[in-house]
Amino acid sequence: MSGVRVLVGTRKGAFILSADGKREKWDVSGPHFAGWEIYHLKGSPVDSNRLYASQSSGWFGQLMQRSNDGGKTWEPVGNKFAYDGVPGTHQWYDGTPHPWEFKRVWHLEPSLTDRETVFAGVEDAAIFRSTDGGQIWQELPGLRGHGTGPRWQPGAGGMCLHTILLDPSDPGRMYIAISAAGAFRTDDGGKTWRPINRGLRSEYIPDPTAEVGHCVHRIAMHRSRPGVLFMQKHWDVMRSDDAGDSWREVSGNLPTDFGFVIDVHAHEPETIYVVPIKSDSEHFPLEGKLRVYRSRTGGNDWEPLTNGLPQKDCYVNVLRDAMAVDALDSCGIYFGTTGGQVYVSADGGDNWSPIVHDLPAVVSVEVQTLP
Amino acid sequence: MIRVILPQHLRALAQVGAEVRLEVEGEITQCSILNALEVRYPMLRGTIRDQVTHARRPFVRFFACGEDLSHESPDASLPDMIASGAEPFWVVGAIAGG
Repeated sequence: MSGVRVLVGTRKGAFILSADGKREKWDVSGPHFAGWEIYHLKGSPVDSNRLYASQSSGWFGQLMQRSNDGGKTWEPVGNKFAYDGVPGTHQWYDGTPHPWEFKRVWHLEPSLTDRETVFAGVEDAAIFRSTDGGQIWQELPGLRGHGTGPRWQPGAGGMCLHTILLDPSDPGRMYIAISAAGAFRTDDGGKTWRPINRGLRSEYIPDPTAEVGHCVHRIAMHRSRPGVLFMQKHWDVMRSDDAGDSWREVSGNLPTDFGFVIDVHAHEPETIYVVPIKSDSEHFPLEGKLRVYRSRTGGNDWEPLTNGLPQKDCYVNVLRDAMAVDALDSCGIYFGTTGGQVYVSADGGDNWSPIVHDLPAVVSVEVQTLP
Repeated sequence: MIRVILPQHLRALAQVGAEVRLEVEGEITQCSILNALEVRYPMLRGTIRDQVTHARRPFVRFFACGEDLSHESPDASLPDMIASGAEPFWVVGAIAGG
């Protein structure tokens, strides 16, 4: 029987949760890299045993780890992230110029076709690529250098490149998102980039419809329709049907349209999930009720999913990289919380149960569907 | 033989015990010790000092013979007791954070 492997990054280490296709009995492995912040782990789509992990600490900086056996053992690989050329400045919180400084790797995106190639989204925002399994990292400087970089500004969590989406139908096309610069697309494998933020409206910036400056929290796509994108912005849930050239709001009847995560059902490209959060200053669910919202219509019409989730006194957050879906016939949905819970629904969101409930604060959740 | 004591997380990373013993060529300085340490344990590159500028990471300090040498020149000679191996060179992580 096929199974799943859930890769969980937390503030104090990584955990690997494994189950068969029923997703009822779980084996918990970890903590790996105990005491270190693990912003993200992700497996290669080409080789499920090849995993990459971003390991960091305020004391000892950034490390990168690689596994060839599905996370049983790990080896440190290259951790030198040097910006291409003189990095220049972006805007600081107060609008003054601030030099670009590497801080950490937020997100890893392994290639869809080559196990040795992996992309890294970093803070201060830039995208790097390794083609040798993570040993040597080189920036794709066309993103930071395309012209709007000096106007980018950090969000509260730092100026992070947190989302990388690879188009399975076009190896030259990638999407990335940066807090708080916005979304960008390349059509030539990362040589040149352009902002794709038309239609976004952010009342909290001087020009609400500016070309850049929007605090995009997450973008998601379904691999069968890579030109259709869904976005959880700081406020607003958005949708694009033209590869990001234009966006329209699909927040509809959500009780609040602030949040961090967004994801798409593995087999239903119009079924999407968000976790509404009360506000940008109150990072917890409305009314103390942890609710996932599902839309089966690609947005606008949303239903709360509550079975098995705490419906009182719940004040956790769900961070931007902390939701994932598996590809089993009955699609599994997963998310992790800052309270250390990782929840699973093996039936597309109708019913939920905790896999674990006492981990360190969860930063990221990925899932691998195993043969 | 130079003796180096690493903080706990770096011992785990390098898979070593409390004390590392290194052969260091030439003058014994912070820089020459760290160069030798990073050659022997390449996974430590970037964890104690910046890989490009060699600047000490902000939450890391260097001690020897009871003295905080963190703000000394990386190329200054270290005390004879370090060079002779009578005393260890300490790499210390700040007691801070959560």
